[in-house]
This record gives sequence, structure tokens and C-alpha cells, in this order.
Amino acid sequence: MTKNPQLKSIVVRLAGDSGDGIQLMGSQFAVSTALSGSDFATFPDYPAEIRAPAGTTFGVSAYQINLGDDPITTPGDSPDVLVAFNPAALKVSLPMLHPGTLIIVNNDGFSARNLTKAGYDANPLDDDSLSEYTVVAADIGRLNLESVAEFGLSKSDGGQCKNFWALGLLFWMFDRSLDSAIGWLDRRLKNAPAMRDANVAALRAGHAYGETSELSAVEKVRVGEAQLEPGRYRSITGSEAMALGIAAAGELADRQVLFCSYPITPSSPLLHRLAKLGEHGVGTFQAEDEIAAVGAAIGASYGGMIGATSSSGPGIALKTEALGLAVSAELPLLVVNWQRGGPSTGLPTKTEQSDLYQAIYGRNGDTPIPVLAAASAGDCFDTAIEATRIALRHMTPVILLADGYLSNAAEPWRIPDLSDYAPIESHPVEASDSSDPQRLAFARDASSLGRAWVTPGMPDLVHRIGGLEKDLSSGHISYDPDNHQAMTDLRRKKLESVANFIPDQAMEFGDDKGDIVLVGWGSTRGPLYQAARRTGTSFIHIRYLNPLPKNLGELLSGFRSVVVAEMNDGQLSTVLRDKLGIQPTPLTKVTGQPFLISELVKAIEQERSKL
Amino acid sequence: MSSQLTAKDFASSQEIRWCPGCGDYAILKSMTKALADVGARPDNTAFVSGIGCAARFPYYVNTYGFHTIHGRAPAIATGLKLANPELDVWVVTGDGDALSIGGNHLIHTLRRNVGLKILLFNNEVYGLTKGQYSPTSRLGTRTPSSPDGSFDVPISAGQLALGCGGRFFARAIDTDKTGLAHVLEQAHAFDGSALTEIYQNCIVYNKDVYASFTDRKTAHDTQLHLRHGEPMLFGKDSERGIAFDNERYVLKIVDASTASDPILIHDETNEVIARLLIALDKPVALGVIYRNPAVAYETAFHAHHPSNMQRRRSVADVIAGPNSWQVE
Repeated sequence: MTKNPQLKSIVVRLAGDSGDGIQLMGSQFAVSTALSGSDFATFPDYPAEIRAPAGTTFGVSAYQINLGDDPITTPGDSPDVLVAFNPAALKVSLPMLHPGTLIIVNNDGFSARNLTKAGYDANPLDDDSLSEYTVVAADIGRLNLESVAEFGLSKSDGGQCKNFWALGLLFWMFDRSLDSAIGWLDRRLKNAPAMRDANVAALRAGHAYGETSELSAVEKVRVGEAQLEPGRYRSITGSEAMALGIAAAGELADRQVLFCSYPITPSSPLLHRLAKLGEHGVGTFQAEDEIAAVGAAIGASYGGMIGATSSSGPGIALKTEALGLAVSAELPLLVVNWQRGGPSTGLPTKTEQSDLYQAIYGRNGDTPIPVLAAASAGDCFDTAIEATRIALRHMTPVILLADGYLSNAAEPWRIPDLSDYAPIESHPVEASDSSDPQRLAFARDASSLGRAWVTPGMPDLVHRIGGLEKDLSSGHISYDPDNHQAMTDLRRKKLESVANFIPDQAMEFGDDKGDIVLVGWGSTRGPLYQAARRTGTSFIHIRYLNPLPKNLGELLSGFRSVVVAEMNDGQLSTVLRDKLGIQPTPLTKVTGQPFLISELVKAIEQERSKL
Repeated sequence: MSSQLTAKDFASSQEIRWCPGCGDYAILKSMTKALADVGARPDNTAFVSGIGCAARFPYYVNTYGFHTIHGRAPAIATGLKLANPELDVWVVTGDGDALSIGGNHLIHTLRRNVGLKILLFNNEVYGLTKGQYSPTSRLGTRTPSSPDGSFDVPISAGQLALGCGGRFFARAIDTDKTGLAHVLEQAHAFDGSALTEIYQNCIVYNKDVYASFTDRKTAHDTQLHLRHGEPMLFGKDSERGIAFDNERYVLKIVDASTASDPILIHDETNEVIARLLIALDKPVALGVIYRNPAVAYETAFHAHHPSNMQRRRSVADVIAGPNSWQVE
């Protein structure tokens, strides 16, 4: 680590066993970072097992945070500070480090047993294998236990405080106040005063250790305040923003929301968040399976509430037949997909963007569904509102793509003013000469082709809906060949009409003409933006994936080369070839890890050299 | 709407497309009459179905209707009932729809006790797909997919219902107007999941599969019509009855006049006897076999909700979270 009194940005990585409390330590550090005024981005990276075998490399849980005064949009390529609680955590993190990285290790964790488990023949702290780094070995385990001894906890309970001990040391390094962490402990451990006191003591002990020990290698780090747009800010994760966005959509539509879901990683945090938003007119229903979840959401929409469901790729696959029903019956529905590594169970806790085909093409029949993607944690709020707006306006299910990275990653978010958002409207039953309620229920708004939202309980509007093909004008069942053609056309036109209501595609960075344009979608916005900035490359980030913004084709035609960067095997490239007839260059990565800025910069430079 | 609606008011204008002679016609007729008799209102009633012959039912009833996808009607109806607990929500399903592809939803609907009136048209065969054996087909049923006779052990709707905590189970025969009307009215009045199994004759693929007990001439010997609080008697002159065999823990048929064991009095809340009645094959038990009310799911759902699903606070009140800061 450069011994710089004031840094532009710094990347800190915390790594330990999945039972070491790394995620909690990381999120507390992020809160204190937010309150210090720095910009930041985080990346929680943890194994699929709840408590993977201790000491193993596959059981390592990590939390990376990039903070600084520069616009921070990624969790950082390479850590400047690594806190490793055991040999396995050190081993899996080493390939990411650069010469000079400050490594703080828990000396007590480097037992012969743990070294063997991590696959070390010799203790790397004892030989010169770490010589290009700055290593500080502290007896965190022992020092922590000493600091909590007076509270009479078991060795195991006392040992659990060591993440707060290490957090205290970090707080000292970064000159942070202990208040936010103590406040959190007060709230969380209200009913366990001994544990609360012990954790506070550990936190203070770690802080004091930094203050009093002669840690010549460690200097206090000062990071400047970010140049953020004025306003009130908070730290937010994608699942928090999505939950607030869904509740806000209900408020803007003046409808209750019924969110129906089945537990699946990494979607469940949204269910947990929404379960606490009851007072905002939100209900949650934990269904018996994915199909029941989407079914109940469709039933809720049929009953006049905003039906919403959420899952990850495998669960969305199960919901697919029901999505076709919602298209056919023309009911609004919000479907969130927190994508993860596939196929099949794949990499449940790792991020990927490989469900784009599934969202756009993955149904039986000609069954178009609008698809949007959230670009950042905070953007989940706006995208949820936008997706709901489309669902109600066009009376259609809408798929909102997020991913595992967004679900857990935190960033500073300028808190929006809800009164800045237009109300969300649906179509009322129009007065008409027809006395046939079936016809009234399927009377359409001319511009959006959305039908009236007629719900059981409304007087004199008894009608029937279903998955059988219906007559274009009367809404009654129809097996007429020409009518099926007309209804297929209608469903396509309805999707196309969405493009008339969405904004034109704007440049995210750079000129709207040139040699290369970098194109992305979803959670990769952060690294793509930085890579574009560093290489002076034009950059477009697509929120509306189906239909695409009307000007996108023209915009892309201003460039000789369209480089599409995504965390899959080239799905948006295919979609752009399909919809716009262009030949993009795919820049793909499917390692379960977000893009690094450096690898994007390298790929862009390679592409440039080819032109 | 006033209460003088008749069965005709509940018949829709749609052309009915069941096979001539199908048992579904009789059920439809009893249903529309029952709706009129219980004072239902078309505006406040919804029929939700899955896929199968029975699933066409919503098109033929003049109420709100939703013809959904195979097996999922209970899930969709659950969402509807949560969205509007005031609605009368009926689910129409068949043996394949409810007990095979949709088995999971039926199980969980019943255990939750969602206020849905579920009519299970059991004809022991897949009709709409042209006659394959179903999960209720008896062993040895010969169909195009079981040319040498089926060897799947059939499932019992009643045992399943009680096994997963269902609080209401009734049975009727499609053409038995009196018996069917009675259970439909009882199901309507039940606050919770009411599963009614209707023995329905598929005249094309499984004709007369229930003839052994539905034949009117012998019905008094083959059918046991249950009424809560009344003795379990059957036979032309109610000369026989059902008693409990204290040695073998089964039900036995006794002569009503000479029996030493007492004739059982039907107690709808007795789950143990209900299971024995469901298993009884001669006579076949009909009527409300088990009814043991508990809090309906939608009632619990709203009671546990902090604001009864109302919007008491704006998102603006909580959007800042516990920690926020000002950038000037």
C-alpha cells in the first residue's frame, strides 16, 4: 500500500471462514464509510454452504469494498488492504493482490491444522513467500478473547466477537467513529446484553490496539470526501432498493402489492425486506413452490392488487408456463429475476447475466414480455417502479433482471423524492354502447393496447378470462384461424408499443460517434463506466432490453465496432444481432465474479488495435 | 342484486362443449341451482379452474371466471382470495388436475385452510387427452397408456385431504341432485378450504365406473348418506347400520335391530372415524364426511398483517433508513 496521506481511493478486502462474521464486519465497515462521506462500492462474495467446512479454501467468505473521493462504481480490481482470518482466506485472495498490498492476518488462525486444510506445506508467514507485500500478523483470536474475558462468555461465544475486534482495528486505520457500529450492536443485541457488551469491548480493544501498538507498517489512512451531487444519501443494497421500489410502485399506483415468492438464492433477501414493509400496503405470501408463487401473484393481479414475484433462473424456469397465462389473460405482473450462475443449480451464490435469452425468448408460443434490467443497487428502486408502470399500462407481465451481485452489493444512494415520480396508471372501464361485459373487459387503450383492469367484485362486469385464445374484439374463446393471427399480431404490437413510452437511449459516456462503443446492461455498469472513462471509449448502457429503445440501432450505427460486454456467453450480442441486424463483438466473462476494470481496459485496447 | 336470483341467472350464454351425457352437465345444473339457493351474487363470485374437461366449467357459469393452467388453480385462487377475501371463490378441478400435476398446490391449500370451495370432479380417467389412466384409476384399468392394465396404486382424495390437515371433506355423486345440492351448500358455508369429491361419470372413456354404487335401484344398499348427529343407517328401510369393530378397529356393517354394538352417530369432527368412512367401499360414504373448522388462511393473513393490507405509511417515511447523511 502506498504510504499516501490522502488517497483517491482504496480497496479493502476482508476474508475468513464462512462462520467468521465477515459479511457483518464488511457491512458495518460500509456503513461507517458511507457516514464518513466517501463514495464506495461493495462486493460480498460468499460460498453456497451456510457453514462450509472451517479452514477450507472453498469455505472462504469475503467482502470487498472500494472507497474514495473519485466516483467509485466498482468494488475494485485489486485489494490495497487484505484482512485474512486464516490461511485459506489468504490463499484464495493472494492472486488478486498487487505488490505492496498491506496484509493483516490473524496469527492465531495460522495453526498447523488450518495450514494443512488450506493446502500449505509451510507457514507462509514464516518464509519469504509474502515478501512483496507488507504483512502485519496480529494475534487477533487471543487478543479478542482477552478483551471479552470479563463477560463470562463461553470460548465459542467470545470467539465470535473477533470480527468486531478486527473492525475496531480497521476503524482506527481509517480514523472512523465507533458510533455507527455500537449503535447497530445496541439495536441488534438488545436482548443479549452480555454479547452486546462483549462485542463493544472487542471493537474498542481492536481500536486501542491500533492506537497503542507499534504497527510501523500501518499508517492511518485518509480518504477524501466524495464529490457527490448534493442531497441526502444513504447506503443501500439492491435488495433493499428493490423492496422500497416495489412498495413505492404500489403507492404510486394507489394499489396494494401482494408479493408471492418461494425461497431461493439470491432472491430471498427481497422477500425478507418486503415482509417488513407491511404498513406500506405490501403483503408477502411464501408459497409452496415457484409455480404457486407466480400463480398466487397472478391471482392477486386478477383480484386487483399488484401481483409480484421474484426468483432466480431455475425458479423463473418453473414459472414460465404461468407467465404465458398472464400474457394471454392480459394481467399485470412484476417478475424479478436475481440471476445467478447456471445452468441448473450452477453457482447459486455467484453472479451472472445468463438469463437474458430466458427473459426475452424463453416461453412456448409467441409470447412477448417486456424486459428491463437494473444497473446498480440504487437503480433497482427506479427500475421496479418503471417495470410496474409498464405492467399496468400495457396489462402484461414484465421481467426485471437483476443479479446476485446487485442483491448484496451496497453503494451510496441519493434518496429520491417520491413526489418527483408520476403516478402509475391503469386503464378504467370505458363507457360504451356495448352491454357485453366480456367486450368491455377487453376494450383496449389505443396507444398502449392495454385492456381495462376489471376485477371480480366489480358490479355488472362479470366476464371470463383464461389461457385459451380469445376473440380480438369480443374477448370470448375463439379457435378462428385468422383471429389467432390477429391476436399474435396484437401481442407483438403491444410489446412494440412499449418503445413509444420509454426514453431514447442516451450515451452513458463519450461521443455518440467514433470507432468503438462499449455496450452493456444490468449490474456491469460500474466497471464498464470506469473502463470507458479510462480508455476514452464511448459507452452505452441499456436498461430497456425488450423492446429496445427506438433510436438504439441508429445510435450504434455511428460506430465502427460495437463491443458488448456481459457476464454470459454472448446473449445481448445475439439479441442485438437479432433485433438490429448488427454484428457486435462479444466481450464475455462467466467466472461468477464481476468484471475487473483492468480486464475490460485490456480488451478494449485489443479491439482498438484491430481497427 | 336481490336474493330472488334463480339457477338460470347463473347459467352463462356460452355454448357448452362437454360430450353429450357427460356427468358434468348434472354438476353444472346442481351448481347453478345451489348458487341461487344460497343467495350468491354473480358479481361477487369467481370460478377458477385449471385444465381438463372439468376446467371448462367457468365458461358456463354466469359469474367471474378464470380458466388457468394445468394444476395451478388452487394457487391462483389463493392469490385472488388474499386480494379480495370477500369474494366467494370456487375452484373446479379434476382427478388429474388436482391429484397429479397440481397435487402440491392442493396439499398446501388444504393445510393452510384457504377459503376456497374446491370441487374435484373425479372420473378416474384423463378425458381431455383421450382416456389415459389417472391417479385415481383402479388397479388394472385398461387405457391406451396402460394396455395391459394400470399398476399404479390409486390415491384417495379424502385420505389425502385429511392427511394434509384439510378441515372439510365431502362427497357426492354427479346425478344425485339432493346429495350434491346438500354438500355444495355446506361447502359454500364453510369458512376455510372445502374439498368436495364428486363422482363424475365419463361416458366416453370410463363409462359406468361408479355404476356399482350409483345405480338408483340399488342405491339404498350401496350408499351411506351421512348427516351430522344422525345414526349411520342405510338400506331400504334403514335396516342396517355402521358400527365400530372394537377388536379390529374398523367399521362393520350390523343389523340395526339386533346389533349388540351401538350404531355410530355421525360426528363430522371425528377425524379417525372420517378416515374409516372414506375407506369404506360398500356402502360408499357420501355427504359431509369431515368438518372441523379452524381459522381460514386469509383471515389469519390479514390478522397477522400489521395494517390489514392497508397503506398506513408512505415509503417516503422510511426510505432514508437508519443511517443517512447530507452532501452539500
